[in-house]
Amino acid sequence: MSAPAIELRGLTRHFRVKTGLFGEVRHVVAVDGVSFAVPAGGVLGVVGESGCGKSTLARVILGLLPPTSGDVLVDGQRLSTLDRRARARLIQPVFQDPFSSLNPRRRIRDIVALPLVAQGGIAEAEIRRRVDEGLERVGLDPTMGERLPAQLSGGQRQRVAIARALELRPRIVICDEPTSALDVSVQAQILNLLAELRRDLGLTYLFISHNLAVVEHVATEVAVMYLGRIVERRPTEALFAAPEHPYTKALLASVLTPEPGLGIPDVGLGDLMPDPANIPPGCRFHPRCPAALDRCRTEPPQPRTGRGIEVECHLATV
Amino acid sequence: MSAARGTALLQVRNLRISFGSLAAVRGADLTIYRGETHCVVGESGCGKSVTALAVMGLLARNAVREADRLVFDGQDLLRLSESQLSRLRGDRMAMIFQEPMTSLNPAYTVGSQMAEVYRRHRGGSRAEALDRAEDLLAKCRVTSPRLRLGQYPHQLSGGLRQRVMIAMALMCDPELLVADEPTTALDVTVQAQILRLLMDLQRDLGLALMLITHDLGVVARMAHRVSVMYAGEVVESAPAEHLFGNPTHPYTRGLLACVPVPGKVRRDQPLGAIPGVVPRIGPRFEGCAFRDRCGQARPDCARTVAWQANGEHGYRCVLPPDWTGPASLAA
Ligand SMILES: Nc1ncnc2c1ncn2[C@@H]1O[C@H](COP(=O)(O)OP(=O)(O)OP(=O)(O)O)[C@@H](O)[C@H]1O
Ligand SMILES: Nc1ncnc2c1ncn2[C@@H]1O[C@H](COP(=O)(O)OP(=O)(O)OP(=O)(O)O)[C@@H](O)[C@H]1O
Ligand code: SF4
Ligand code: SF4
Ligand SMILES: [Mg+2]
Ligand SMILES: [Mg+2]
Repeated sequence: MSAPAIELRGLTRHFRVKTGLFGEVRHVVAVDGVSFAVPAGGVLGVVGESGCGKSTLARVILGLLPPTSGDVLVDGQRLSTLDRRARARLIQPVFQDPFSSLNPRRRIRDIVALPLVAQGGIAEAEIRRRVDEGLERVGLDPTMGERLPAQLSGGQRQRVAIARALELRPRIVICDEPTSALDVSVQAQILNLLAELRRDLGLTYLFISHNLAVVEHVATEVAVMYLGRIVERRPTEALFAAPEHPYTKALLASVLTPEPGLGIPDVGLGDLMPDPANIPPGCRFHPRCPAALDRCRTEPPQPRTGRGIEVECHLATV
Repeated sequence: MSAARGTALLQVRNLRISFGSLAAVRGADLTIYRGETHCVVGESGCGKSVTALAVMGLLARNAVREADRLVFDGQDLLRLSESQLSRLRGDRMAMIFQEPMTSLNPAYTVGSQMAEVYRRHRGGSRAEALDRAEDLLAKCRVTSPRLRLGQYPHQLSGGLRQRVMIAMALMCDPELLVADEPTTALDVTVQAQILRLLMDLQRDLGLALMLITHDLGVVARMAHRVSVMYAGEVVESAPAEHLFGNPTHPYTRGLLACVPVPGKVRRDQPLGAIPGVVPRIGPRFEGCAFRDRCGQARPDCARTVAWQANGEHGYRCVLPPDWTGPASLAA
């Protein structure tokens, strides 16, 4: 068996944040002991509320932030043993905001060429050829290469970001909310493109989104994140058919499908908002959990695993 | 949800808004009934926000607004002076803005901002106004409402801030509430809570709610009636069940095919998509603005396209209501 494309072992990332007038230091636990493996060719969807640590997880896996503790293995190799260029050949990002992730003063052609130039030692004609090929692969005419980002639509800019991410033929692409800034009609174009590229190039994706319907469409497996931890992970069909964690259930109940007459569901979570600088004792979800038991206030649930499923809840039947 | 029947509270006829050479809204019609939620949906830039701002009389200075009719409860808004308009605003018609910090001032507490709105229109003592503010915060399910009155906007979470804005908009018992993407920036669980609140308030207070969104899931769950905008025009308008059950304009059909529906979408098949982009529309543009993306376009689509109405369901397209075939061009 070949090594997983991505493997995390007890990954943790904290931030120290100074707040207020008195320089009070808050200790933010953004990612708290996350372990999972994504097989080559798989798509792991990561969902969860704003601030639960999704982007931090992505940035640590990309090597843009060092972990506080724990390990990231990419293609069987410790990320910390790889230099920047080797990392760039293995793993690449596509971020949310096609408006700010592209340098406004550079031509599209130069933006897409950047990873190739950074590798060094590639002839200019070769770079030119590969950029043209890359633009065509994402459905852009190579003449677009002469334009500036401001002259492109949001969807076209996200295509440019994808072309840039694929220039070095990475094995893994980390997509952090790649369609959240786009209209639905454009979102559908980009999702279809990502699916097509994955099939043709055999890519592995970590796909972060707060849109569960989108995740269901692209992911082979889904991880639900809450206050820095993965509270449930299972194959996509199983997660949507039979969610077990109360937070997963609330998330799924909140999805508003375009079916008139169904009204707005009562998700029963109350008004308390989670704060990663103040993680509750016991189960970290207990202040909002409609199913909480007494022991949930003091005893943290341990992850239970079986049949490719992982759930972290005292009530789990796995 | 069946369409609640009421009398028309707001009537907009042939609204046109331009910014220099950009025709942002090109002849939009909209009727909003008392006691009804009317959703306005469409892609970014199609003119949803400026339509709402035009109704409220809050367009930017560089905007030019024209209309055949703009009538609120029998009053011609086109003829009101700025001071007459500002007496209506915040009182009989109120708005929740797309950008939360547009309506909340970071320098004042929640209580003083809510009291200010009330006293400007209704007078009375500060204590009375604060009592009313507390009641409304409670009605909007804000926890510890008394405490919130003394807090500043930045001390509240996104969901609480949105509730405060809704409570503030309700201070003077408006008849029309315009909510511009009130939940777009929120998490799905919080979004569901805020929408439930808006739905309950709409029903209990008999509000006319104009709800702007680009999320068809929100529309389906909230709307009595829906207007779909494309490139500055209303291209289809119908009671919600008709719009979702029998979408007719090719853009509406294309849009509905783009939305992944949990449990209904096959992962091995591509989503429906609408290739191409919305064109930029200049002042002398003629014909259907969707024609360069439409799978059904034909030569007469380049001429002015008439509105076809069938009872309460109307659309702006040359096709008959039962046309079949692809809605958009192939990718
Ligand atoms: N560089 C940083 N310095 C301090 N705190 C940070 C930093 N980056 C993230 N955080 C904090 O870590 C927590 C997790 O943030 P993160 O951006 O990973 O969340 P997210 O799940 O991506 O949220 P969103 O859905 O809003 O993008 C938040 O509380 C955030 O404020
Ligand atoms: N003050 C302004 N000056 C110039 N152009 C403007 C101004 N306000 C809006 N526009 C333009 O008018 C058009 C309609 O804008 P509007 O804000 O109504 O879009 P929208 O449908 O609300 O989009 P979104 O979903 O992104 O909020 C856009 O092309 C926009 O760029
Ligand atoms: S452990 Fe308890 S509080 Fe946590 S999710 Fe399960 S039932 Fe709810
Ligand atoms: S058929 Fe013609 S009028 Fe109708 S949407 Fe297509 S281009 Fe527009
Ligand atoms: Mg993020
Ligand atoms: Mg808007």
